[in-house]
Amino acid sequence: MSNIPENLRYSKDHEWVAVVGDFATIGITDYAQHSLGDVVYIDMPRVGDKLSSHEAFGSVESVKAVSEIFVPIAGEISEVNDGLNDTPEAVNNDPYNAGWMIKIKMDNPLEADAMLSAVEYEEYLEASA
Amino acid sequence: MRYIPNSPEERDEMLAVVGLSKAKELFRSIPEDVQLNRALKVTDPLAESEVIAVMEAMSAKNTAATKPSFLGAGVYSHFSPTIVDHLIQRSEFFTSYTPYQPEISQGTLQYIFEFQTLVCQLTGLEVANASMYDGSTAMAEAYLMTQRVTRRDKIVVATSVHPEYREVARTYTQHGTAEIVEIGFDENTGRVGDLSALDDKTAALVVQSPNFFGCVEDLKALADAAHAVGALFVVVVTEAISFGLLKSPGSCGADIVVGEGQSFGIPMGFGGPHLGLFATQEKFVRQMPGRLCGVAYDKNGNRGFVLTLSTREQHIRREKATSNICTNQGLIALAATIYMETMGKKGLQEVATQNIQKAAYAAKQIAALEGFSIPFSAPTFNEFVVRGPRPAAEVLETLRTKNELIGGLALSKYYNGHENDFLVCVTETNSKAQIDNLIDGIKVSMNA
Repeated sequence: MSNIPENLRYSKDHEWVAVVGDFATIGITDYAQHSLGDVVYIDMPRVGDKLSSHEAFGSVESVKAVSEIFVPIAGEISEVNDGLNDTPEAVNNDPYNAGWMIKIKMDNPLEADAMLSAVEYEEYLEASA
Repeated sequence: MRYIPNSPEERDEMLAVVGLSKAKELFRSIPEDVQLNRALKVTDPLAESEVIAVMEAMSAKNTAATKPSFLGAGVYSHFSPTIVDHLIQRSEFFTSYTPYQPEISQGTLQYIFEFQTLVCQLTGLEVANASMYDGSTAMAEAYLMTQRVTRRDKIVVATSVHPEYREVARTYTQHGTAEIVEIGFDENTGRVGDLSALDDKTAALVVQSPNFFGCVEDLKALADAAHAVGALFVVVVTEAISFGLLKSPGSCGADIVVGEGQSFGIPMGFGGPHLGLFATQEKFVRQMPGRLCGVAYDKNGNRGFVLTLSTREQHIRREKATSNICTNQGLIALAATIYMETMGKKGLQEVATQNIQKAAYAAKQIAALEGFSIPFSAPTFNEFVVRGPRPAAEVLETLRTKNELIGGLALSKYYNGHENDFLVCVTETNSKAQIDNLIDGIKVSMNA
């Protein structure tokens, strides 16, 4: 059973978003990290990059596969978790805290409201299982 | 590829299966105006005996580089121990292609790993790939890599980098976003001159050392200048024997070293096939092009070799690959590996020392001739520019016809305003008698 914190928003691409004001912190879900297997490298964007919603912002390389990661909300990257360069395993061990990937300043914070709630994401996972 | 002949009946049968009536219909997706619509202009069929006669006549036109030669400029005459050719002709090596099912070919991976290790030791850098096609394409790949690392597009390259390398790199990168800016050289020293083109949009400063004129660049100062604007410093080496004596580019601050490995046991062969060297710092490895072999241990602790970081390669993620190259110069890299391992550290130093000493002797003697001088003041390795009192092409023609030797390369082929200059290369394969004959010929050419 995947860990799906209630206070976050989710995308169908298995990213989570934590919104504070105009800013959103983004990572991949427990389900996503479990499907990928041991993460060995994360190719990250740079601060200042502008992304439109559903654009790939980087990729996660695991021992099994390389997968693109998508930004669910349009905005400009304000912070990148450089710590993942040295400890990519944080994405596996602690996907919702130490495993966060980027922070963006959202163009339109209302976009976050359109994302899935924890309950909806859980239903989505069950439906696609 | 095998030629599989088929009869008209078999062709009709195959066409019927795919629902067509004529072979021409197979090409209907190609616009009419670009179709050839005529037979190829090739000669009529020949009997086997006739084919052999034609090929023998063509082969008789080949001339081996048997005359004494002082021509370098990117391709160098060096002695290759017999063991190199002997070992690479073992069928396990000679007939194998770059491993696509790699881990089953442990022997191949082992020599690639050794090759990479040796290239790292020579360049003074941390990681090297399994090789590129040749020095010029390696340089072009370095341009692209610096754009990926810095996310900048301006490539500042010195005109003292081999002119043909610059041309290849231009062709190779012409459809990308690179903006290539060339900077000149100092007419007194022969080294890179004005660096004012470097700015905060610059992805790379690209220089060659020893440069096309044979001059050894001040790499440390150039590295500092590149790094001061946040650009990467790329060093090109066309004469790999120079690694035997000169301070490694990596220890002088190079971020990427690319080069030509032909000097390591590879025949001049009219310019190919040769061997591209590519090395960089470990922190940039994920942006490096080409195959990469690593060492790994199985669950019993046995050492083995694997291809690693393959996600950079196009057969894994085509659109995200660092390069469209996912092969290497396998056999040529093997030859270079055997050469380097046969020579060893001392052997390579010895060859390099012979080169620098013989070239210094030649330069000194030529500079003493009336009307001739060495125009550039920078230290040189085994090549140097000579300035004469008349067009260099005429001097070289006299040497060729009167002395039966190739005296070097007229710089006017590539550089305006250098009509009287020619590039002379002296290696360990040039005897003292040959060098004296060259000096004598140059002296006599004054009166020709």
